[in-house]
Amino acid sequence: MKNDPDKLLRYTPYERANHWLSALTFILLALSGLVFFHPAFYPLSQLFGGGVWARILHPFIGVLMTISFGIMFLNYRKLNRMTPTDWRWLGQVRNMVDGDDRNMPEAGKFNGGQKMLFWLLVASMALLVLSGIVIWRAYFSFLFPAVVIRLASVVHAVSATIMIALIIFHGYAALWTKESINAMLSGQVRRAWAKQHHPGWFRQVTGGDK
Amino acid sequence: MALQSLDIQRRSATTTASPGARRTPEVAKLIDVSKCIGCKACQAACMEWNDLRDDIGVTAGSYDNPRDLNENAWTVMRFAEVEPEKDKLQWLIRKDGCMHCADPGCLKACPAPGAVIQYRNGIVDFHEESCIGCGYCVTGCPFNIPRLSRKDGKAYKCTLCSDRVMVGLEPACVKTCPTGALVFGTKEDMMHHAAGRVADLKRRGFAKAGIYDPQGVGGTHVLYVLQHADRPGLYCGLPADPTIGPAVALWKGAAKPLASFALAMVAVGAFFHYVVKGPNEVSKEIEKEFEDEKRPR
Repeated sequence: MKNDPDKLLRYTPYERANHWLSALTFILLALSGLVFFHPAFYPLSQLFGGGVWARILHPFIGVLMTISFGIMFLNYRKLNRMTPTDWRWLGQVRNMVDGDDRNMPEAGKFNGGQKMLFWLLVASMALLVLSGIVIWRAYFSFLFPAVVIRLASVVHAVSATIMIALIIFHGYAALWTKESINAMLSGQVRRAWAKQHHPGWFRQVTGGDK
Repeated sequence: MALQSLDIQRRSATTTASPGARRTPEVAKLIDVSKCIGCKACQAACMEWNDLRDDIGVTAGSYDNPRDLNENAWTVMRFAEVEPEKDKLQWLIRKDGCMHCADPGCLKACPAPGAVIQYRNGIVDFHEESCIGCGYCVTGCPFNIPRLSRKDGKAYKCTLCSDRVMVGLEPACVKTCPTGALVFGTKEDMMHHAAGRVADLKRRGFAKAGIYDPQGVGGTHVLYVLQHADRPGLYCGLPADPTIGPAVALWKGAAKPLASFALAMVAVGAFFHYVVKGPNEVSKEIEKEFEDEKRPR
């Protein structure tokens, strides 16, 4: 795709590919994980070829997501450092939710909410990976005593619930903020979009004062 | 088996009622540790009836053989050399295996519908064809009984010979026990029999003799008569007060339906936010600014 002078590059092709790898593996993990979560979700096992396949595949998909998400963590951890402005942004998040962003503190490439989401996702993911290793019966569980496995089962379920809620929120925020999805699909956003939603980043990449 | 399905009390991962028209009395196997000579005839009978053959293992300097339960060994004798009182050695031999809890941790933990079945007579059975091999039953069991096979990924444990009991026979281990240490019947009868054994042991100087029927799991359908009922731990770590435990109760209790509901509410809430507040779009002013910029000057 040719660069459009009216547009700004928000995510490189490699960033986009990796983000969607995380997204796809997450969806597969959520669907297969819910199978073991509550009987109401057991029919989801049919998407994976039955309960046994869901059980076999889930942790391997988890490994894939761990790698992909781990790369995202390394890529974005500096960009997601909370600044005083971000904390003020969060303090005024009610206005944002109300749909009134006129007086919001200036957001950089990511706003305070996005950064908070990032760190909550990182924390959930870390707990999921650690507890997931403990409850992976085929390879690791024999290394741990029963109490640890029981605790890990609870931690895995709780952090998975939190992460699913966060991702629903993340997906909604992307749909709610019109054109955001383009940033992750084509990588390009309109200048007007950038100035509206991420004025700090807009100034930084255009080098201008607009 | 069609008739067996009439006798199901509870099924794993099933939130609706089981067929409840028919009543059957609760059964129990009584293991009188004070009468056990550790001959392992019960182990052999279990393998015979269930057609199981374990690989030849290695000795670890005790009579325990095999050293632990596995998918081919649903019952093992555990030999403890202990001194309940100083300088009074006792050899306590406990036949270990599924206790068939009234409130089974395996069944509570199991996510596969119908992989763990509790019959109305109290027997807790694994239906391996529905087992998905997640090992949650192992996690949920307070007695550390189920074993996942490394070969087929299915969980196995003692069935209390549910197939024999359904047709009016006693379990294979009971049938073969040469000393009468194993007795089988209705739970009521077994409690009565056990009370007689406890009284006898008390007369013989075992002041703390008693019945092991732990109430933390609602009672069990395998009972022990112990010489030292005040210290079950002497018998190769038999738990004093087994319960499903707070972690498993939280993991498999009310938390999950509530969490499922909460997740649904997040999604529904997001949808209604959009409906009520509308999308978050680029403002007219900024759009205009860029429009003006583009116009040829």
